[in-house]
Amino acid sequence: MGSTNSTLSKIPNVEELMEETGFTPAHIVRLYDRFEALDKEKTGHLRPQDFGAINRLAMNPIGDRIIGAFFSPGQETVDFHSFVRILAHFRPADKKHPKDPSMPEPVNSRTSKLKFAFQLYDQDKDGKISRAELLQVLRSMLEMQVTEEQLESIADRTIQEADLDNDDAISFEEFRKVPLGRARRLTYQHGPLQHSAPRILSQPHRK
Amino acid sequence: MACRTCLWLLGTTFFTCTVRLVVEGTEVGATQGSQPEPGVVGSNHSQAGGGHGSSISGIQIVTFKWHHVEAPYLIALWILVAGVSKMVVELNHSLTSVIPESALLILIGWILGGIIYGADKMQTFTLTPTVFFFYLLPQVILDAGYFMPNKLFFSNMGAILVYAVIGTCWNAATVGLGLWGCWLGGAMGDIDIGLLQFLLFGSLIAAVDPVAVIAVFEEVHVNEVLFIMVFGESLLNDGVTVVLFNVFDAFVSLGGAEIDAVEIIKGIISFFVVAFGGSLVGIIFALLISLLTRCTKNIQIIEPGFIFILGYLSYLTAEMLSLSAILSIVFCGICCQKYINANMDERSVTTVRYVMKVFANGSETIIFVFLGISAIDPAVWVWNTGFILLTLLFIFVFRFIGVFLLTWILNKYRLVPLEFIDQVVMSYGGLRGAVAYGLVAMLDENKFKEKNLMVSTTLIVVYFTVMLQGITMKPLVTWLKVKRAAVTELTLAEKIQNRTFDHMLVAIEDISGQIGHNYMRDKWHNFEERWLCWFLMKPSARKSRDYIFNIFHQLNLKDAMSYVKEGERRGSLAFVRNETKADVDFNKKFRASFSEIMPDIMADNMGPDHVPLSSILQDIVPSVCLVMHEQDLTMRESEDFNAHHLLQQHLYRGRKQHRHRYSRSHLETNRDENEVQEIFQRTMRSRLESFKSAKMGVAPAKKIQTKHQKKDKPQKMPNGNSSDKSKNHPYGDKGTCSLLFTSLLHYMKWLTITTSPSSPIKGPPTSCGMHNNTVPLKGD
Repeated sequence: MGSTNSTLSKIPNVEELMEETGFTPAHIVRLYDRFEALDKEKTGHLRPQDFGAINRLAMNPIGDRIIGAFFSPGQETVDFHSFVRILAHFRPADKKHPKDPSMPEPVNSRTSKLKFAFQLYDQDKDGKISRAELLQVLRSMLEMQVTEEQLESIADRTIQEADLDNDDAISFEEFRKVPLGRARRLTYQHGPLQHSAPRILSQPHRK
Repeated sequence: MACRTCLWLLGTTFFTCTVRLVVEGTEVGATQGSQPEPGVVGSNHSQAGGGHGSSISGIQIVTFKWHHVEAPYLIALWILVAGVSKMVVELNHSLTSVIPESALLILIGWILGGIIYGADKMQTFTLTPTVFFFYLLPQVILDAGYFMPNKLFFSNMGAILVYAVIGTCWNAATVGLGLWGCWLGGAMGDIDIGLLQFLLFGSLIAAVDPVAVIAVFEEVHVNEVLFIMVFGESLLNDGVTVVLFNVFDAFVSLGGAEIDAVEIIKGIISFFVVAFGGSLVGIIFALLISLLTRCTKNIQIIEPGFIFILGYLSYLTAEMLSLSAILSIVFCGICCQKYINANMDERSVTTVRYVMKVFANGSETIIFVFLGISAIDPAVWVWNTGFILLTLLFIFVFRFIGVFLLTWILNKYRLVPLEFIDQVVMSYGGLRGAVAYGLVAMLDENKFKEKNLMVSTTLIVVYFTVMLQGITMKPLVTWLKVKRAAVTELTLAEKIQNRTFDHMLVAIEDISGQIGHNYMRDKWHNFEERWLCWFLMKPSARKSRDYIFNIFHQLNLKDAMSYVKEGERRGSLAFVRNETKADVDFNKKFRASFSEIMPDIMADNMGPDHVPLSSILQDIVPSVCLVMHEQDLTMRESEDFNAHHLLQQHLYRGRKQHRHRYSRSHLETNRDENEVQEIFQRTMRSRLESFKSAKMGVAPAKKIQTKHQKKDKPQKMPNGNSSDKSKNHPYGDKGTCSLLFTSLLHYMKWLTITTSPSSPIKGPPTSCGMHNNTVPLKGD
């Protein structure tokens, strides 16, 4: 565990980070290794092109959007803390902790996850998914052979189904109401980091 | 239509039998006549077939030369009959989705066997071990090896070996000992058999059969890991089977008294020799094939022939050296895949793939039909209720116990544990097939007094597993899965969201990275790139990868520059006009490399050390996905039919839903590859777009340093239109350009096999400076 501690000491404010996100030290170290691996020029920040280097993301229809979600508006870089914070959305929900209404919403609660997903759709950050934004998402997730008219009809019907207050856009509340079989799956269910971190640490670190 | 083919089928069989009868009749008549002189055998044959006497009465205008063509004619006729049977079987698709093809073929075999027996009063055609092992089995196994998903196979190699070696030994031992115990207890009555013979029988009946396994798993879609486990096991257990069979055969010959520790140790050593020796032979032949294809630049038409001949030779060589022939041909196929696909001309590759499927299909069909025919032979039938029933019981029960036990042990070491339903499918899918029958038919009757009993039992076991287990596999799995989410009608919004979340999860996984690097894998990769590719691949195949990189990079750079310059020269309207021209058609350029790389990438990181995090999410990837299968087949009726249907058909499926399908009968271009390719192209294109629009906003008087020669390549039109004209790149302008170029760079690195540190990767590091917008631009 010596290497864990030494790595942890390299990270500023690491206790605060762990407190806020709920990751264990092993997780943090694991993520830090990943962060460093991505940050090829060792600047301590990640830029869009570092994400772009992940080839598999280019094979993801909404890959670029997700990259964008890491960057707050106006920001050009992501530091380690923001990186971890965003990934923390996908930690398994803590069932053990009782729900304390006075505390702020934990970062990996269902609502936070949905909010993150919502941001993917809502590019202009106005709190609503307009028809145009929905069209864009659909366009990126459907094959090329789907025509514009078909696309528009799908978008129209979708808004029709989900839009409850008839403003021709989907707000976050309406978004939440769409019953999601998979929202609960937006987690690493067994905390793969929980599995992997000890394994990584138990193996001699090879480069 | 069905009637016609049935009639034709029956007709051919009748024809075969009657021809034989006629021939036999004439033969008898003819041999009473002339004695063929040694020198004139040929003409006498024709005479004997034609006339009824020895005297030549005159010139025969037409003679019936049956004996002349008997052997090849019968062979060809049987292949035809097998082919027609397959057609008959495939007539009704709903039937084949309930009953697997193999079962139906066996049924047809029974019918044909009955006809022949009725005509001949004896079974003239049976599946002889020689024909089976030398002419029918090799193609099937070569097909399995050649199309094997290598990455998946090698990542799960540990588990596969455990099941193949330990599992088969366990099965053999338990079945043999169990039967022996029951025989001692008197359950089988009075048969002339001993412990060693029981063990031998156990070893040949224990092995899971690759032919049967594929046949059944065609209909039941399982996830990749499960599939490769069962499939890999069925292929690799031959090593064990051969050894056990030979060892026990030798022991039976020696007699019980001669067995001592030395012999047993020799037996264990022979296992290692046989297994590794067989694999080594296969690998040597794979190297040979790769080298040969490397040199066939001038005469590409003969390339496909080499694969088949050398594959077959590897099989025979291993057989000759009494090593495991199946292992040899499997490894030959596995190891040579990559290199021959790189070296050979595209058309040769297609030919090899297609012909391999043709042969494999044909062999499989013939095997199953003959398995059916061989049963209709009263001469081999010995019924012993105890023996047969106990065998069935034991192989079934002990398979389950073995699999569950081994999985329990394995799960302690695996990151992705195999679930209950996986284990059930694996146990239930342990089908026995023709290999067992072939082995039992090879037994010596003098040593094995009860050979016929064993043959009958083996046949019954094969029928039971193939037919009953094959038919009930799907319903069993459905029943097991019925507790999982039922397929309810989702709204459009739900569907879209579900898919979005799938993609999102995959992306987050990719960002958060894999679980550590596999040291051995990286070493192997480096070794392979440096030495093997240099040795085994055509220089042009290697070079074309570098070439592509260069061309691509230059092209895009050139596009981008010319685009910008146009715009600057002519004003902003030019952008609208020239937009499509500046896109690069990835498809045409990279099709070859894509098809090799894509499966690698997609099946990448599947092993215990390289597990994509999603597979740890136990809910998301169902082991057995009948749901998807049905979704493929059925259409949904609902009032917004069109919208749902469109979504169903056209939503990108997302990586974790890509199933690797090994199929004996279908050679489909992998839809997943196309999809991934399309997504990749669109991403690149949209990044290029954003780059262009970013460039728009930048002041003129820029110069871009170009360090490569300009080559003139025709620009291809893109397929599909990018209607995504949004300037909505989520991250800033500067980010976009650099993102584009570095992503292109990394993509190219990923595609090429740069072996030396001084790789031809110039340009991009400097062009990264573009995002500072201060790099000087030289004229074109």
